[in-house]
Amino acid sequence: MESEEGERIPLSQRPEWHDVTPVPQDDGPNPVVPIAYTDEFRETMDYFRAVYLADERSHRSLQLTSEAIRLNPGNYTVWHFRRLILETLGADLQKELDFVEDIAKDNSKNYQIWHHRRGLAEKLGTAATVTELEFTKKILSLDAKNYHAWSHRQWVLQALGGWEDELDYCHQLLKEDIFNNSAWNQRYFVITKSPLLGGLEAMRDSEVGYSIEAIVVNPENESPWRYLRGLFKDDPKSWIDDSRVSSLCLKILRAKSRCVFALSTLLELVCDGFRPSSEFKDAVVSLWNNSGSDSTDSSLAETICSVLGFLDPLRANYWTWRKSKLPAQTV
Amino acid sequence: MEPTDLNLTVTQREQCMVEAQVFGIYKHFSDLPSRAQTVMLELVRDKHIEYLTDGLQQLGSSFRVLDANRPWLCYWILHSLALLGEYVDDELENNAVDFLNRCQDPNGGYSGGPGQMPHLATTYAAVNALVTLGGQRSLSSINRDKLYTFLRRMKDPSGGFRMHEAGEIDVRACYTAISVASVLNILDQELVENVGNYILSCQTYEGGIAGEPGSEAHGGYTFCGLATMILIGQVHGLNITGLMNWVVFRQGVECGFQGRTNKLVDGCYSFWQGGVFSLIQRLRTVVNEQLVMMDDGKQDGSSRCTQIPVKSHASERKQDSEGTSSQYDESRWEQGGAPAGLPRSPDLINLSNIGLSFVEQHTENGPLFHSLALQQYILLCSQVLNGGFRDKPGKARDYYHTCYCLSGLSVCQYSCSKDLDSSPLPHALFGPYSNLVESVHPLYNIVLNRYHAAHDFFRGS
Ligand SMILES: [Zn+2]
Repeated sequence: MESEEGERIPLSQRPEWHDVTPVPQDDGPNPVVPIAYTDEFRETMDYFRAVYLADERSHRSLQLTSEAIRLNPGNYTVWHFRRLILETLGADLQKELDFVEDIAKDNSKNYQIWHHRRGLAEKLGTAATVTELEFTKKILSLDAKNYHAWSHRQWVLQALGGWEDELDYCHQLLKEDIFNNSAWNQRYFVITKSPLLGGLEAMRDSEVGYSIEAIVVNPENESPWRYLRGLFKDDPKSWIDDSRVSSLCLKILRAKSRCVFALSTLLELVCDGFRPSSEFKDAVVSLWNNSGSDSTDSSLAETICSVLGFLDPLRANYWTWRKSKLPAQTV
Repeated sequence: MEPTDLNLTVTQREQCMVEAQVFGIYKHFSDLPSRAQTVMLELVRDKHIEYLTDGLQQLGSSFRVLDANRPWLCYWILHSLALLGEYVDDELENNAVDFLNRCQDPNGGYSGGPGQMPHLATTYAAVNALVTLGGQRSLSSINRDKLYTFLRRMKDPSGGFRMHEAGEIDVRACYTAISVASVLNILDQELVENVGNYILSCQTYEGGIAGEPGSEAHGGYTFCGLATMILIGQVHGLNITGLMNWVVFRQGVECGFQGRTNKLVDGCYSFWQGGVFSLIQRLRTVVNEQLVMMDDGKQDGSSRCTQIPVKSHASERKQDSEGTSSQYDESRWEQGGAPAGLPRSPDLINLSNIGLSFVEQHTENGPLFHSLALQQYILLCSQVLNGGFRDKPGKARDYYHTCYCLSGLSVCQYSCSKDLDSSPLPHALFGPYSNLVESVHPLYNIVLNRYHAAHDFFRGS
């Protein structure tokens, strides 16, 4: 609340609060981690405690929670009490969405805002589908990897629907930034969960093509490699039988021999039972010979681990460990 | 890749900028004479202690945004001091116990500050802070009976936990609830019920664990999810080899960890991701079991459902010095022989012993991440010479990053040790041996000797 000059009027000087006795914080005589509160913060919280303790679910309490939230949007108690007030007053929830949006502008990574928003959308039901998809889109246009925004969006899709354009939306974000792993994750969510698409198995064929296209352009981009592997989750047989995956590895290894992801994917294939032809062996062995080392490895899987240990020294321990744990049929 | 290239995506541009800054620091370092290098690698203990104790006694007005996280501030600061081997003086200790008691709700649990609602995350922070302080006065200030009822109230019928009354359900809530119950020796089947299935539903196609089903694999949630699964004796349900493959790729050319695929390096993940390695190092039996199962699954053409016989928990753990003992130890908390993915018969699991036996076993194998590289990132990029640690160069220090960079440093320093309670060899440390900090219990992130004292205190009751 502000005066005409834009200066805040202390609550103690506002007539509508004259009947309320503020409740100071019980910090004790010698608190640790004491915060040097400003007068405004201290007074606002003292009045908040008064209405919270009295369980006063009034319009002025609602107004007070707005002020308290602006001072500290992380105070979950204030948010919780605000929800109780909204419910008691039967307040206009559309207006409340505007309030949340305003707070979210500067605090888009705060748990409370998103929890509050979810509660509102739950109450509004399908009337909120479009606004929520648009709201998250707006937040994601500023930070395309905002974890809370993605969670909220997934909740909206599952609880309220609106799947129609979601695959296109993922595609659009990936066109803007093919390295955006959150968009890849959302894509995986859509193809496995959308009631309109028929599930993972129905989508696998076209999605393998989609991720391979992305890998060919940027073989150093880990996201589509993980996505490709994820398409065959719990189905090792299809994974080793889809010749597009092994051909991709070979193609990348021949063109860009130091690609760790191509090598590690080939290793997964071999460990899962893929029987490599001599072409694969030649490609990997030539990498090994180029590194100037002598090989005592007797199998392709072992050689891949050795090459990876050499090309990817940050993970040398891991590749050594993998080498020591290769499945029997690969050695 | 030039940062000026207009064809770069946002991810690439930001990554290039961070790499330029980090590599600039490493270049400057490598150009220094070796004596100057040693100085640069020093953990500036006194400065850290000063920054930490200052915060314990007074925080500026900008901390108002953490006014609902004051037990967290206590934990971040007290745990950091404990890692540095410091004890706070009696007066501060009493003040801390008294203050946290004012955050304790009459109906159980701890709130973000006096007069607020109890919350699971601040309950975890308060309990860990009190365990870190240690001593009769501190430990007996925790009302365990009421805390148990609070945990039960936060339990959702789905199996997960809510952060607070009518609050959000996620993996953090599960971890903080289970961790607190385990430390205080009040963990039981009612609390454990269906938590495992909730966590399993959060493991993603990438291999890591997300905050909620469907979300993206993330370092913080992966630590929380994995630690929870170990604490409830159901870690065999996770795909651990898949998790390992994901987490091992989170360490990048900057030498530190990122939280998610294609995100920027951040010092706090030194613990969240580094801690995952510390946990995995002690899961050898489960990992080997899963490897055998995958292998068998391929040979007979069936999926992963082979039953692996595991030693009965009824056999006594041997404390012999032979190398065979460690594998034997592990079977203590990986009970039963049920197929992966199914909860094992609850009565086989002694929930009150899991935390202790987990750290008592020896590890034979070294870490699977690059410990020296991570220490280099922590000391040269995250450490602030005026005290405290930060996310990355260019960012300001804060207590959260100080806590988790120091915790990560501890994980690194003890990553080659057989036992967490013996001093590591000098070659395990990057920089002078005076950089050595205390070891932590990797399931709770509490300094090990403080954990042991609390375990003894709560064992009988
Ligand atoms: Zn961080």
